[in-house]
Parts: sequence; C-alpha cells; structure tokens
Amino acid sequence: MSSDIRFTDFKSDKQPTWCPGCGDFGTMNGMMKALAETGNDPDNTFVVAGIGCSGKIGTYMHSYALHGVHGRALPVGTGVKMARPDIEVMVAGGDGDGYSIGAGHFVHAVRRNVDMTYVVMDNRIYGLTKGQASPTSREDFETSTTPDGPKQPPVNPHALALASGATFIAQSFSSDALRHQEIIQKAVEHDGFGFVNVYSPCVTFNDVDTYDYFRDSLVDLKEEDHDPTDKEAAKDVILNSEQEYQGVIYQDEESMPYHEQHGVDEDMSVIPDGAPESATDLVREFY
Amino acid sequence: MAADFNWAVGGEAGDGIDSTGKIFAQALSRAGRHVFTSKDFASRIRGGYTAYKVRTSVDKVQSVVDRLDVLIALTPRTIEENLEELHEGSVIIYDGERTTMQDVEIPDEMVGIDVPLKRLAEEAGGAIMRNVVALGAACEVAEFPIENLDSALEKRFADKGQKLVDNNKEAARAGRSYVGEEFDHEFDYDLETTDEDYVLLNGDEAIGMGAIAAGCRFYAGYPITPATDVMTYLTGRIERYGGHVVQAEDELSAINMALGAARGGARSMTATSGPGIDLMTETFGLIATSETPLVICNVMRSGPSTGMPTKQEQGDLNHMLYGGHGEVPRFVLAPTTIDECFWKTVEAFNLAEKYQLPVYLTADLSMAVTEQTFSPDTFDMDEVEVDRGNVVDETAIDDHMSESGGFQPHEITDDGISPRAFPGTADGAHMSTGLEHDEQGRRTEDTEMRVAQVDKRNRKVETAREREDWSPREFGDAGADTLVISWGSNEGAIAEAVEILDDEGRDVRVLSVPYVFPRPDLSEDIEAAENVVVVECNERGQFADLVEHDVLRRVDRVNKYNGVRFKADELAAEIKATLAEGAEA
Repeated sequence: MSSDIRFTDFKSDKQPTWCPGCGDFGTMNGMMKALAETGNDPDNTFVVAGIGCSGKIGTYMHSYALHGVHGRALPVGTGVKMARPDIEVMVAGGDGDGYSIGAGHFVHAVRRNVDMTYVVMDNRIYGLTKGQASPTSREDFETSTTPDGPKQPPVNPHALALASGATFIAQSFSSDALRHQEIIQKAVEHDGFGFVNVYSPCVTFNDVDTYDYFRDSLVDLKEEDHDPTDKEAAKDVILNSEQEYQGVIYQDEESMPYHEQHGVDEDMSVIPDGAPESATDLVREFY
Repeated sequence: MAADFNWAVGGEAGDGIDSTGKIFAQALSRAGRHVFTSKDFASRIRGGYTAYKVRTSVDKVQSVVDRLDVLIALTPRTIEENLEELHEGSVIIYDGERTTMQDVEIPDEMVGIDVPLKRLAEEAGGAIMRNVVALGAACEVAEFPIENLDSALEKRFADKGQKLVDNNKEAARAGRSYVGEEFDHEFDYDLETTDEDYVLLNGDEAIGMGAIAAGCRFYAGYPITPATDVMTYLTGRIERYGGHVVQAEDELSAINMALGAARGGARSMTATSGPGIDLMTETFGLIATSETPLVICNVMRSGPSTGMPTKQEQGDLNHMLYGGHGEVPRFVLAPTTIDECFWKTVEAFNLAEKYQLPVYLTADLSMAVTEQTFSPDTFDMDEVEVDRGNVVDETAIDDHMSESGGFQPHEITDDGISPRAFPGTADGAHMSTGLEHDEQGRRTEDTEMRVAQVDKRNRKVETAREREDWSPREFGDAGADTLVISWGSNEGAIAEAVEILDDEGRDVRVLSVPYVFPRPDLSEDIEAAENVVVVECNERGQFADLVEHDVLRRVDRVNKYNGVRFKADELAAEIKATLAEGAEA
C-alpha cells in the first residue's frame, strides 16, 4: 500500500452511463475519496455491487470487484471479507437491491456485523427499469406500476438496521460532497458493519425526492447536538423525526466485528500443495 | 462372501434409535467386521417410525438386502414395517412390560425375546439406558463379545464421565445375562471378530473430510436434509485448519458467500439438496461466466418440490446439467461409493480451480446417511494433490496485461484457461461480472468479443476432456454380453447383484460412471454388448437418456423411484427380469 494514493486511482477507464446530474456520481466520488483517505489502494480493495443503476458502480471504479446478481451483494461481500480479512470490502447497491429483493440479506448482514461498509444509493425509485415504485418510495408516489401511489408505508432502513442490532447507522446526501465523504469515511473506519443510506437523487424518474427537496429539508445531526453513541437518541431520530436528516445516527463504540467474535483472521487464499498437516487426525476420528 | 448378518433397531423418532444403531455399528467395526448401515426415517422430530439397520460380515459389505435376522423393536409398528424382511427364525427383541408392547404378536415362525429393557436399565442406573440393555441382549443372541460394545460405549459417552460409561456397560451386561439365563434357545449366529482396523463413516462425512484435505477453507450453507451432515461435520473441524463455516440465512446467501470467498482466493464450497439447488441456480450463471471456481455439493433427495425429504432419489441430474438460463459450462461429478465421496471431493476442488468454473459434486440420500467401514489407508492423506491452476502473482502478472495496462482475467487463450489474480496482488485489480465482458472483465456487447468469450469458456470444457481422466469404474466379467451401466451411488448394490448373478451362472459387465459431465465415451462398450441396462434411482431414466443420445441406440432401463434405494438381491432379480423381457420382445 503506498501513501500517495489519490482518489482518482479508484476510477476506471469506463465513462459512467448514468444520466447527467445523477446522484450516483457524487455518491461514488465520496466512496473513492473515503477509500483513498483511509489508506486503501485499488489492489487491496474489493467492491461488490448489485443490480440496477447503482450496480454499475463496480464498472466505473477501479479495484477488485464483483458485479453480482440482484439483491445478493451483501452475502458476496461477507464471503470476501471472511476469506480475506486483510482486504477492505465495500458493498454498494440501490434501495431496490438492498431493501426489496435483498432485504432478507440486509437484516442478517447487520446482525453478523462483518467489518465492511455498505452504501445504499437511495433514490426512492427504480430507475434502470424506467420508473417504478421502490421500497422507499412515498405512499402517494405515482409511478407506471403504482398510478395511485404504492399505498404502503416506505421501508425505514435505519429502523430495520437498529432493530437488527446495527453497530453503525448513518445517512448522507450525495450532493453535500464533504459531509458525504466524511460520513462514508467514518463507516469505513468503524469496527464492524458500517451502514450508510445515501440520498442519491434520480433526476429522470423522481420529481419528488429531488436535489432541491433534500437541500431544503435536510437537517444535519451534527448541528443538532445529536450524540450517536446514545441509542435512545438514535431511536428517537429514526422513529420520530419529521424531517429528513443526515449524519451518523448511531455508533456502538463497543462493536465487536464478526472476525473477532469468531476468530476468523487468516488469509484463506494461502493453502498447502497437499492435504494439510495432521489431516490424518480426521481419519482417526472415525475409528 | 462370508455369511452376513442383518440387524436393526426401530422405534419412534425421539427413542434414541440413531445413537443406539451407531453404537452397535461402531462395536462391530471395532471388532474388525465390515459394516454397512442404512436408516429409515421421517421428516419429524418425534413419533412416527424410524429404524437404523446394520449389515455386517467379515467380508466387505456395500449394499442393503431384503433380509433381517435380529430386530430390536421398541414399538409394534417396527415389527409391522419389517415383516417382509423378517424370515423364519428371525429374532425379535422387545420389552413386553412396555405398555404399547404388551399385546404385541410375534409371528409364529419367529423367535420373540421378551426382555424387561426398562426395568433392567433402571436397576443399572437409569431408564434412559434401555436401548443399551437391548444391545447387550443382541450381543448374546448374536454371540458377539460384549467387550467390543464396551469400546463403542466408551467412545460414545467418554465426554460424559466414567460413571456414565460404567453404568452403560452394566446395563449392556444386564441385557446379555437376562437372555442367557431366561432363554435356552440355540441361536445360529456367531459374529466372529478379526484383527483388522476399520474406520466407519458416511458419505456426507467423507465429503467434509475430502473438503478439508483439499484445502477448502470456507463453507457457507443452510440446513437441509440430507446435506446438513456436511456442514455439521465441518463445523468445529475446519477451524483447526484455518477455515470457517457460516450458517447463512438461506441458500441464496450461502452460494453468494461461497462465491465471495472464492473471489477472495479461498477454496470454497456449499452443500445443499434439491430445493436449495433451485435457489442457488439464480447465482449459477454468474459463477460460470465470472469464471469463479466453486464446488457445489448436491446431496439429492426425492423431489419435486418438498417431495419426500427423507427418501432416496437421483432425480436432479437434468437440473445439474441444464439448470440456469443461458448456456453455462459446468462439470458434474457423481462419486459412486462412500470412499469415492472423499476422493471426488478432492478432485472437484482441483477441477474447479484448474478450469475456473462451477463443479457440481453430487451424492444422494442413500450415500449421505449410510455408514460403511473402510481400511484407514483408503484415505491416505499423502495421496492428496492440490492443483490451483493458473494463479498469477505480482511477478507473473505483467504477462497478462492489456495494451492499456489492465489485468486480463478473461484473456483469450488457446486452451480457454485465463490467469487468475487474488485480491491483494499488485496491479491485478479487476472486475468480475455476470455481464458479458471483455478480457479485462469490463462490460461489452461487442459481437466479436461476445463470441470470443463464449467460445473461450466452452474451450475449457474441451481442454478438460482431453487433459483429464473421465473413465468409468469397471467390474464384473469384461467379456460378458450383458452390460450394466449406472451413475452415482448404485454401485455397491450392483456389485453385490453381480455376485448373485454370477452364482447363478449369468455373466455381467458393469460400468459405474462417476462423471456425468464431461462423461466417458461409452460407444465402443455399448456396441460390443448384446444387452445394455442402465440402472438409476429416478423415473425418467435421465442418465439412460444421455447414454442413448451419446450412442444413438436404445438401452434397457431399471428405474426405482419409490423412495428406497436399490437392494442387491432385488436388483439382481430386476436385471434378470429386464433381460428376459428383452429376449421375449
């Protein structure tokens, strides 16, 4: 790992095909800067991406990466990190990937507290399939598949994370570049599962949850004297806030990541040329 | 073959049937006798009917037969369920003082041995040992030295303290003495012992041990009968070799975790059964197209859907060969015996890494839950070879760069095999994706590159066909007119069926095929035979279809799909009947 890593080293030579103005540009820039700032380089970083507009991020970044099937990015990241505790793992996906098709994995990844970062690029819409309701769409949000709105409450990802025993819960806004990078960086540095939901507006299909909407409504928890180590205060923000907010909502300073809990600390890519020493003990057990 | 002895203990789920049977099997194995066990069980925790059966001989035993010599029956239903296998002179050990057994009727031609199992157990220290009292009684009936049972009891209860071990030994002796004193019947059995050393293990355990021997470090799975034993075997053991087991939230997650670990450079594996294979199929194409080495173990059970979850079937062959959308290269290995479960697991890991693709390693319920004795040399760890294929390090990576300086994990090569770089390798950073991609792994829809990548992936299969040995296992009479072909776990039953047919003067040649894809070319063998019979545990004859497709000739089929594995004597009769039908037609 060299000390002169710049965030542009994490850029691939592929030009993003995201719509001009898409929130994902800012989300990705913050991720790359956070990785560079925390001393990582592309050869020791593994990015896992799901499916959807957000899923393309692995293509536009330069690192070891896997662009998987829809909704399963977290299990892939979990496997990479368990096999390679020495590698920095960052998982990215959209609100559909994480809270709809992959919601089951989200709950269990939170519970496991594997030491990796999970960035959800939340635009409250299915963009790549041209505008259907997502699990975070508002109840009255009209789309081609929900002409009168979904008429269901949106998923509250922070509440889901808190209820599942999360050790780091944060919210950022892709357009507030410095704060976004700062929050992602805290998630990377967190000992355990660093979860950041990022408001990453879709400029083509969502005319409600726009840049202007977030700019006007967003409250920064840092300026509200919020103590992220206070779980009750976090609960209050997550369940009762009537405004959009950004910042680190909750961080458990005692967090014990999976690899410490389970003693998984070896680089599993290194194995001998034959059976491991003392493998014959296994045969003897069957006497 | 020396005389065999067939024994069973049966009762309700929750009666401790499994551990009782295992103790007896262990005692026989430690006495230098060969053992082959089987289980009748249902998908329930308590009640119903469950049995553990043991076939033993001083010679190798590799199948179950339709005969039962001694039965420990804890419930009346145990007797009803086994009436067809019981014969004149069979001994039934039961506790006539048990409420449900008071009115039990022992068929006239059989010998009922009424032993107060519970009462004797209580006298020895606790009613819970009633099954051990029954084991002692069985030792007396079979003239089997009780010291061998002691050794098995010590192994079973060692971690529970000497007092408990001693109580169990006393309970066994109480059962033995009771039979010796109360019954003057002359039993025909004499279970002689030998000085041979054997190990006793089932197919799932052999797969688990093979995985560790092959350097597997990561296992993710979701509990499912009959594959769970692979996971329970690895748990607590793989850690000793630097590995880890994760119980995932579902099979979708399990296979994606295993995929992640494989991308990290670990030898990685998951195991499941039919319903889990259905879910894992979602990710199968990604594994193949991202050229990730992964071993997927499918321990088959009766389907479709939930089917008969605790019953035998080889019904997933077509799914493993063709499952998943698009055209996906894969290998399918089907070990034919329990010891081969070990060796084929080692081979599966080598093939997966050499050819960078998913390998199905398939066993089935009958092999998974069956224990068999082997000489410990069968699993000679010095014979295990690990071939990781074309892995490049920092120095070699320079030879595999694109003109623009990017590493090429999907480099177009003559043999189809590209270089692989583990995360952490300098200058090796690259993308793996389920999208069609160029040599660097970047998305492409370029028509020429699409064709080049599809052809490259398929070329790996052709390379493997040429470089590896895909031979079937052969036994019986090489010059016989009748050729029996099978895949997977039927080999033991066929081997014994062939001996039965041989005794009747009928010569048979057998090809037992452990490789479904790529598979051996059997056309010359089939051309040379007058009668060809393909034996398999499914209704459609999925392997027979493949054989017919390969050689463009009709074959006879013996199919069984009632949920019960083939038995040697039954199979010999089936093969004869099929040949007779053929002759009439």
